[in-house]
Amino acid sequence: MRASSLVSRQGAIAMLVATVAAANLLIAPAQAGTLYADLGEQRGLTRIVDGLLERALADARIKATLEDTNIDRLKRLLVLQLCGLTGGPCRYTGRTMKAAHADLNLTPRHFNALVEDLQDAMDAEHVSFWTQNHLLALLAPMHRDVVAARAGAKPEAAP
Amino acid sequence: MAALGTLVALAASRFSAQAQDLRPESGKLIATAGLMQIEGAGGGGLAPWALITGYGTQDAVGANVHGTVVRVTDFTLSTFGLAVGLYDRVELSYARQFFDTGATGRSLGLGGGYQFSQDVYGVKLRLFGDGVLDQDSWLPQVAAGIQYKVNNRGAVLRAIGARSDQGADFYIAATKLFLAQSLLLNATMRLTRANQIGILGFGGDRSNAYHPEFEGSAAVLLSRNVAVGAEYRTKPNNLRFARESDWYDLFVTWLPMKAVSATLAYVDLGSVATRKHQEGVYASIQLGF
Repeated sequence: MRASSLVSRQGAIAMLVATVAAANLLIAPAQAGTLYADLGEQRGLTRIVDGLLERALADARIKATLEDTNIDRLKRLLVLQLCGLTGGPCRYTGRTMKAAHADLNLTPRHFNALVEDLQDAMDAEHVSFWTQNHLLALLAPMHRDVVAARAGAKPEAAP
Repeated sequence: MAALGTLVALAASRFSAQAQDLRPESGKLIATAGLMQIEGAGGGGLAPWALITGYGTQDAVGANVHGTVVRVTDFTLSTFGLAVGLYDRVELSYARQFFDTGATGRSLGLGGGYQFSQDVYGVKLRLFGDGVLDQDSWLPQVAAGIQYKVNNRGAVLRAIGARSDQGADFYIAATKLFLAQSLLLNATMRLTRANQIGILGFGGDRSNAYHPEFEGSAAVLLSRNVAVGAEYRTKPNNLRFARESDWYDLFVTWLPMKAVSATLAYVDLGSVATRKHQEGVYASIQLGF
């Protein structure tokens, strides 16, 4: 191994490690309490969900998918779901994500549009970027149940 | 006549349905389409990533153009390229690179301002995984790609010991966003014969074999619009006349909106064409959807 390349390799590995360490330092404060607490508990979640639905209902990309939805009920269920998901004292009692979105034929674009509305709603409530990402990391895997199978994919048999 | 009208109407509706599919939707989340790496593929600055470039999701296409200038102690490398992402599955790219030896060209015996140029044709196929949304698994998004490179200075390249003025690189990239940590990691394995990514030709008098090389990237998202990171890229050492160093960079990227990104980096290319300590600035601008 060449001596000078060894030096720069060590330097670069040190940089990569430093980048990761810095990321964890920056993120650490957000992990002090539960995510539920960081999001402002029941009151904070309610305001976030209100902001989310306000934006989603005005969002040309997704408002049509909410046309047949009871918005007040949806808000209640969303707060309940987020509360349970983030370590709060709640249990989500609604339908599964798969059942709730089965007939909507949603695409990744719809899913991401809702994520952007949620990010904007959290920005408006001054939720830190790191805390937002903690929540989004919990929600992101739901894309598998929310987004419809691609056209041409074999539909699942109804139970 | 009526039949013709029906046919035209049918064709028109088919076309508009297709146009609907192809309209730029920019449906991906900001920053999740990656940047453009130095050879024109979607990636970081040095390494191609497994992410398909452009903001189109599985139902749409995305595309972009970019310009990158790398100004180090004795040389300037400029790249201009365009790339298309098809249905978040396939990426096609073309880049043209100019390697300007400036005043150094004379002392290298090439003549002042001597310039190499290279065309890079790229194709990338996403194999499996969703590096952004599958946050409940460690499985990265994985893609495989080819970069076919054609250098315009065959005679000079052979004179310095290179075996060919064109060659193909083959790579596999694994990319994962760890969203809870706001951290993106990438690892790429490249099989290559290229000397200084092809600027100094392919294969050489020291070695003409394909070598496996590693390219790593780590980036931290500071906000939806700013990311900082570091990259490292190992290189083969095929030519007797000049030793080739590994490359690394430290970058900051600003994405004010999905249509625009700007990247500024400190880059260390090590020894290039007998000139040591080639450090400097990497600047890149990207426009697209």
